[in-house]
Order: sequence, then structure tokens, then C-alpha cells
Amino acid sequence: MRLLRAYTWLVVAWLTLPIVVMIAFGFNDTPGRYNQTWDGFTLKWYGRVFALDDLTRALWISLGIALASMLLAGALGTGIGYALGRFRFRGSGVVNLLMFATMSSPELVMGASLLTLFVSAGVGLGPVTITIAHVMFSISFVAVVVRARVLTLDRSLEEAAADLGASPWTTFWRVTFPLILPAVGSGMLLAFALSIDDFVVTNFTAGTTTTFPLWIWGATRIGLPPQVNVMGTLIFLVGVLIAVVGSVRARRQ
Amino acid sequence: MGEAAIELAGVHKEFAVHGERVQAVRRLDLTVAQGEFFSLLGPSGCGKTTTMRMIAGFEEPTGGTVRLDGQDVTGVAPHKRDVNMVFQSYALFPHLTAYENVAFGLERKRVARGEIRKRVGEMLDIVSLTGMDKRAPRELSGGQQQRVALARALVNRPRALLLDEPLGALDLKLRQQMQTELKRIQREVGITFVYVTHDQGEALTMSDRIAVMRAGAIEQLGPPRAIYERPVTRFVAGFIGTSNIIDGTVERVDDGVAVLTYGPGERVLVPTTAAAGTALEVSVRPEKIDLSREQPAGTGCSMLSGVVKDVVYHGTSTNYTVTTAAGPDLVVFDQNARDAEDLAGPGDRVHLTWSPQHSYPIGVS
Ligand SMILES: Nc1ncnc2c1ncn2[C@@H]1O[C@H](COP(=O)(O)OP(=O)(O)OP(=O)(O)O)[C@@H](O)[C@H]1O
Ligand SMILES: [Mg+2]
Repeated sequence: MRLLRAYTWLVVAWLTLPIVVMIAFGFNDTPGRYNQTWDGFTLKWYGRVFALDDLTRALWISLGIALASMLLAGALGTGIGYALGRFRFRGSGVVNLLMFATMSSPELVMGASLLTLFVSAGVGLGPVTITIAHVMFSISFVAVVVRARVLTLDRSLEEAAADLGASPWTTFWRVTFPLILPAVGSGMLLAFALSIDDFVVTNFTAGTTTTFPLWIWGATRIGLPPQVNVMGTLIFLVGVLIAVVGSVRARRQ
Repeated sequence: MGEAAIELAGVHKEFAVHGERVQAVRRLDLTVAQGEFFSLLGPSGCGKTTTMRMIAGFEEPTGGTVRLDGQDVTGVAPHKRDVNMVFQSYALFPHLTAYENVAFGLERKRVARGEIRKRVGEMLDIVSLTGMDKRAPRELSGGQQQRVALARALVNRPRALLLDEPLGALDLKLRQQMQTELKRIQREVGITFVYVTHDQGEALTMSDRIAVMRAGAIEQLGPPRAIYERPVTRFVAGFIGTSNIIDGTVERVDDGVAVLTYGPGERVLVPTTAAAGTALEVSVRPEKIDLSREQPAGTGCSMLSGVVKDVVYHGTSTNYTVTTAAGPDLVVFDQNARDAEDLAGPGDRVHLTWSPQHSYPIGVS
């Protein structure tokens, strides 16, 4: 029992330590570009968070792509997840397999093949190809989460709606969708999270576009400015906020 | 009988289970009259739910025709059929309040707002849920949820209401209360009810007519009294209440009454047209048999003597198991109306008598 508690705290420490370091160094009063030794506490980086134009631009591009791929993967993944959970159709087994295949295939391979595909199709690389790539690998995650929820959904609820005169369309929007909404929501958050910090696939499909992770990768060679820590902290806080709101609402349900 | 509300003509249904074909319902012919309380009764897996689902449109028959009010609806989608179903699991929408659940069907029909409010309110009154309209289903007790389910279906004033074991999840007390309530509501709104149950007592007390099903086919169809008093097969006799089945061969026929003998003075009289020499199975209900320790004087009666094997006190009645020369042990129910003590104890020699009209020859099946 004591051992179990110690173990739990060890895991918690392991999980939070990098985040604590990230947050702390956002408050570091570092004089130069090297943000690696503690030089005292300051809030000035929060005031100058958007001082580096190309970093700010990279962040906005990343947010835009993450938002777009979250919405697209959300819509498409929900459709697939619902179909897979509700109906058995020709090829549904294959689609199911494909979902897990895309989730487990190595990012490097996926990125390289996407690059080949885009180049041979003559598509110019940029935010659009990045988004297409992100949607591609996020769909499976949304679909799997939604499918799991649909499978636990009592079939008779949809039958009851049909029985009361609701067309399949109305049944979906009035009964099915509200009930699978939490799953759709977590699937979409997952898609957002996967997109905002993706490096490997993005690197292959970006062309000259610089996203937040790509900028950081480029900057590490000359030293990371504290603004990166500040932005990381802010993104982390938004994530925590969403998680808290989600669990509070779930508890109230 | 009035106009037919529901008609099934030669309906059958096959399911493919792991490549094998399962006959869930076989060639069912059935007519339910307008305003009738019609029950489907039978053991688990006999096809009651499947039959109901074919009427509602959730299952397409493999063959045959389903008619509602004379109109062929075979192949018509469920949301276009003017019948409503109360599901065994209630299937209340968990994300909607009781009010919104009940209003769901009317909203689909685009009934005006004010009209919806009025009708839902009335309906909630009828099912005694006044003031519960803002509750979510999980905030209601099992019985209250059941009534919301009922209200949700009834408020649409459907041609027929299909109820699939709606009281199955309730405890005995609530169940009996809801039986009375259901019957009252059915009388008040005058809607045709098709009621699925495997509780024979429930079917007997509530129905105008009962169809007893077995393995996908109707074994007997008739009013409760006929089903109970005159079961046509051994299966029905055994399924509805307790029945004594006596085997025998017709020795002679006097005046349309066959006599089966099992020794000197031991005889069973059965009104039948069967000729001498015919093998018969005879059904006798336990409460029709009189038990006494004295030799009865009666002549025009069935008479058997035997030894009491077992006595079980049941409150309103006492059940005796008696071994006789006529084959398997017979069960006798004696109403505890007058007797302060048991009529006999285990090991006592007793005489059983009952009048000829309480013996029925049943078909072998
Ligand atoms: N969707 C299905 N697929 C395959 N077989 C089915 C399906 N639905 C029902 N069956 C089979 O059809 C038969 C009749 O089932 P049904 O549900 O109608 O029985 P029931 O009389 O309602 O039983 P219960 O009293 O247990 O509810 C059963 O043998 C069942 O296994
Ligand atoms: Mg059933």
C-alpha cells in the first residue's frame, strides 16, 4: 500500500517535472538568448510574448492549422466512427483495420509518403498540405473514440426516435449526436493536440511554411528565447482549462 | 369484433445467425380489433418481440403482409407508421427532460407550440406525473420512467400502442399497481393495445384476447377464460396456470361423455366425440377437483382415489399432491375459505371428484 502510494507520486513527478521546468523558465530573468540557467524571477517575458514577429506568425499558423484540422477531422471522423459503430457494411472490417493501421504507422514513413504523393500530384506545399496531412492522421483517433461511444449507445434510443416519427436525419441530430457529443469533443481535442505539436509529418509537408514546432526546432541551434516557454505555458493552461471544464460538466451529467 | 386495427397475414421472419437460418416467427395470421387489449404470451424466445417489431417496422418480415387499418405497410419505415411502441428498457432519451421526452413525437408532427404544451400537460396528468416535467429520466424512479415512456407513446394518439413487457423491470407491488393503471388508461383513451408479456397472470387479468405463442407460431388464440378453461394443447395447458394431464383410452361413450377407467370405481369422464378405443389426453385444472377423505356418493362425476404425497400451505389455498392409479401425480388446490385445518395429511387415503365438464381432451403437440 505504501509502496503503491510512493509509486504513484513517482509517476506524477515524472509527468509534471518537464512541465514545471517549462513554466519556470518562462519567468527566468535571462540576459541573453540562452535560457538554460536560472537568473532570477521576472514577468517581463509575459509582457513581450509577441515581441518576436516570426515566432508569433508561426504560432498563429499552427493554431490555424490545428483549428482547421480539428474541425475537419472532427466532422469526417465522427461520420466514419458512427458508421463503423452502427452498421455492418461491405468493407467495414477493412476500414476498421485501416483506422488502427494509420494510428500505429510510423510518422516518418507517413510523412515521406505524403511528400511523394503531394509532389507527384503537383500540389504546392504549404498550410493546405499540412492541414490535409494532419486531418489524415487525426481522423482515425476521432473515429475510434466516436465508434467506442456509439457501440455503448442503446440501440433502442434511436428506434424510439424513429418510432415517434423522426426521420433518420432528425434522429441523428436530435438523439444520437447529443449523446455522442462528449466523445466527439474529446476526439476533436485529441486532433487539435496532435496537430499543434506535430513535427515529423509537418516537416515533410510544410514547404517553406514555418509552424510553431518547426520554428522551435530551427531556433534550438541558436538558443530558445523565453517567449517559447511563455507560449508553451499558455497553451498548457488552455488545455488544463478545457480538461477541467470537461470533467466538471461530465460530473454534472 | 370491430374493424381490424392490425392484421398480420402469413407473416414469417428468418434471421441468419452465423450462416444458419433461424425461424423467429412462422406463418403468423393475426387480427387485432380496434380498441382491443391484445396480449402475446409465451416463453422466452418464442418470437413475441420479433412479431411486435414487425408491426412497428423495425424488422421487415421475410414473407407475408402487415396491415394497419387495412393499409399494407409492409416495407414502410417505422417513422411513417402510425403506431407507437413502449420499449422494455423504456428507451427514454437521457439528455431530455420528462416533458421533452413526451413532447418529442408531437414536435416531429409539427404540432403547434401551445397545443403541444396542453397535450403533454394532460398526458402527464393522466399518468400521474404532474409536476415532474423538468426531471431528467435518471431522476425518476423505475415506475415513473415507465409512465413517462407510456405518456411519450400515448400523447401521439397512435392507432395502436405496442408494449413490450413494459412492467418487466418493476417489483411486484408496483407491477400490480401499473397493471390497473394501464387498463384504466387504455379504457380512457380507447387505443388498441398489443401487449407482450411472459407473465400469464398479467395476460389473463388485462387482456380482451390472448395469443399463446410457441416457437414462432400461435398455439392458441382466444379470450382469457377460453385459454385458461379450455387449453387446446398440452403446451398451453402447462404454460397457463397449473394443469393436471391424465392419459387414458376411451372405454365406452355414454351420451357424448367418454369414460376412461383405471380400476374398479376409478374413472374419468370427458365430454368428447371420440370413439371407443381412442387414446386421449385429458386436462383438469387443480382448483376444479374436490378432495375428501370419505368415499363420495356421486355418480355422474370423475372419481379417483389415491394417497396424499405432499401438502403445501399457500395462504389463500392449500395444494395437495396425490398419487392415483391414473398416472402422474395430480395436483389439487383447495381454497382455504372455511377449513381451519388441512383436509388431509401426507399418507392419508383420499378421494378426488370433479364434474365431467371440467375435463378437456387436449391435442397432442
Ligand atoms: N436480430 C436477431 N438476429 C438473430 N436472431 C434473432 C434476432 N432477434 C431475435 N432472434 C431470435 O428469434 C427468436 C425470437 O426472439 P424474440 O426476441 O422475438 O423472442 P421473445 O419471445 O421476445 O423472447 P423474450 O421473452 O425472451 O423477450 C429467438 O430465437 C431469437 O434468438
Ligand atoms: Mg422479447
